[in-house]
Amino acid sequence: MSGTYLGMPAFPAAAASSTQDARLRGNLRHATHTIRDKRAKAVAELDDWARLRAAGAAVKDRTLRHLDHYLEQLEESVTAAGGQVHWAADAAEANAIVARLVRETGEREVVKVKSMATQETGLNRALAEAGISAYETDLAELIVQLGDDLPSHILVPAIHRNRGEIRDIFREQMARWGRPAPDDLSDAPAALAEAARLHLREKFLTAKVGISGANFMVADTGTLVVVESEGNGRMCLTLPETLISVVGIEKVVPTWQDLEIFLQLLPRSSTAERMNPYTSMWTGTTDGDGPRTFHLVLLDNGRTDTLADTVGRQALRCIRCSACLNVCPVYERAGGHAYGSAYPGPIGAILTPQLRGTASELDASLPYASSLCGACYEVCPVAIDIPEVLVHLRERVVQGGRVTRRGVKTVLKPAKGHAAERAAMRAAGFAFDHPGALRAGQRLAARTRRLHPRRLPGPGRAWTDTRDLPPVPAESFRDWWRRTRGEERAK
Amino acid sequence: MRVALFVTCINDTLYPDTGRAVITLLERLGVEVGFPAEQSCCGQPQFNTGYRHLTEPLVHRFDRAFADYDYVVTPSASCAAMVRDNYPRIAAKAEAEGRAGRELARAAASAVPKTYELTEFLTDVLKVTDVGAYYPHTVTYHPTCHGLRMLGLGDRPRRLLERVRGLELRELPGAEECCGFGGTFAVKNPAVSAAMGADKARAVLETGAEAVCTVDNSCLMHIGGTLRRQGAAARPVHIAEILAATEADAREPSRARATEGSPR
Ligand code: SF4
Repeated sequence: MSGTYLGMPAFPAAAASSTQDARLRGNLRHATHTIRDKRAKAVAELDDWARLRAAGAAVKDRTLRHLDHYLEQLEESVTAAGGQVHWAADAAEANAIVARLVRETGEREVVKVKSMATQETGLNRALAEAGISAYETDLAELIVQLGDDLPSHILVPAIHRNRGEIRDIFREQMARWGRPAPDDLSDAPAALAEAARLHLREKFLTAKVGISGANFMVADTGTLVVVESEGNGRMCLTLPETLISVVGIEKVVPTWQDLEIFLQLLPRSSTAERMNPYTSMWTGTTDGDGPRTFHLVLLDNGRTDTLADTVGRQALRCIRCSACLNVCPVYERAGGHAYGSAYPGPIGAILTPQLRGTASELDASLPYASSLCGACYEVCPVAIDIPEVLVHLRERVVQGGRVTRRGVKTVLKPAKGHAAERAAMRAAGFAFDHPGALRAGQRLAARTRRLHPRRLPGPGRAWTDTRDLPPVPAESFRDWWRRTRGEERAK
Repeated sequence: MRVALFVTCINDTLYPDTGRAVITLLERLGVEVGFPAEQSCCGQPQFNTGYRHLTEPLVHRFDRAFADYDYVVTPSASCAAMVRDNYPRIAAKAEAEGRAGRELARAAASAVPKTYELTEFLTDVLKVTDVGAYYPHTVTYHPTCHGLRMLGLGDRPRRLLERVRGLELRELPGAEECCGFGGTFAVKNPAVSAAMGADKARAVLETGAEAVCTVDNSCLMHIGGTLRRQGAAARPVHIAEILAATEADAREPSRARATEGSPR
């Protein structure tokens, strides 16, 4: 990994190599199966889960429909509480704003709470280019950063690593960033956690600037919320003098009462806990308590365009619980890196091609990175019909269609490379709508059945590399029916 | 009660035994079954690959083919799910795009309520679970994704299998996991599809069952093709063929497979 998703191959190629990695598959299988079983138990404890889920979806939908209103309300509340609000249209703008804000403090080092928004914008790299070092303080993000790697899971960015690999990364890389790992570091979880704690403590106590995301923003009070397990976030949110929070505009909820729903849905779906260990909330600034300066950077980066699509917009309900990743059989085999974005798994397959568009080969391949088994929809705590959006986006890839890009309605051309498929689909469509042609095709297949190979050449080869094709029977069902029963009597 | 078989394109072309088994079974239960020849494909492959507009004529065709019937029974959970979940969607989208009037919506609306997957039809309409079948083998059941999650078949297939004399049902580990077929997914993402298929085949073999059965031949083609390539003994069999089997078939195996070559 080179620390960037840019220039990655399309999903099928990336996935083909990761399925060959036995260690990766073992790590992923173990981790996802453990958490999915725990999630199922945590969810089963609530007898009103189905209603909570519907309520979560409804609140998100209503908020998204009036997003302009709630964002303005949020800006007012944050400003009234002593914070400053910045609007970023895209990743580059968000990164530039953050770099400028850090530079204005005179600091060259910042500590970070794990945040999907800054992963999405590639903030760390942009800061590095501006001469600012950003330290990840979440244990898994730290592992990824030390290993010069990329996150591969929303909740557990280092899910693709096992304990032995983590110990090796700590031993080899910690010294480069600060306090080295103890020489005799073992791969026991407690030892690894202790090494990370000592390493990070130095950073917390010296950092003057913290950067975070947020799980929720409450419009009527201007409060931001981060839920986490380790407490590193709380350190970053309280110790530095300046706090900069970069948050996607879809994270707003109208009131604290709405929050109640999500603080039940999120922990049970993500870490399979009844309540997450740390829930930190911050509202502007307060004298003598926490950061003296607070900046909120509101990130669009394709979100209002996504909102313009009536089918695809449901992806913006996502609360990043990662339940869909943990049940996804494709994610389990392909691994998170194959999705080429900060958002892997089923949600990544529908969110990324909407945020980034489908112009690149990788982005155009993502809607096909699913067998449409529906397990993701079943577990999603805000009922995002991921299969529906996948098929919707496939249509956009092969047929083109109307989309909104940077606020302007445009008509997309079909992606390249689907011409043969389109022709085949049309031919099949013709045959299926002309049973005479269909029957002729079946008869031809039956007559030449002894010549049919068990393994195919060309594009079909991939199928027959690992599976045998069924032999063509001597007689189709419709011919058998006609031979034994005659034409269907009219009823 | 006028009942039609919707055999589906894959069964028609590759698995005619399954269609014949449905006829045998329903006629044994006293149901007269018709087979309108204008029927063809439900449109699932086109729809799921992104060619929604190509499915619109097939919605009309489905409606026309089965207009004279009260019930349409199909031995394919995914095709039943296509009709019930997606036909209304196709009609609504076409109307929103100004490409279809009320006709498409009417066609979809008439198709939806009368379309039943076979095991649903048996348990919910005919209200039978003991269909008088005899199948002296160990069998494991894979609940396909569309049967499980889109149609919500629940334990209907199992209830039917449990009443088959001679049959011993073996629990399939990780039963609810997708087998990896997914229509064009198997072609577009062959490595992942094969990895999923291999895991499913391994789970089938772990049960030690002689046969693996499902409510959908497309999944079975994938699982069976994987098992076969591995030279595994377990064989794929559609649930209709189990439910159609009787003691007479067991005494005289040639009767069960009326035509040459069981197509797997
Ligand atoms: S799509 Fe649903 S299940 Fe997946 S991360 Fe988002 S909220 Fe969780």
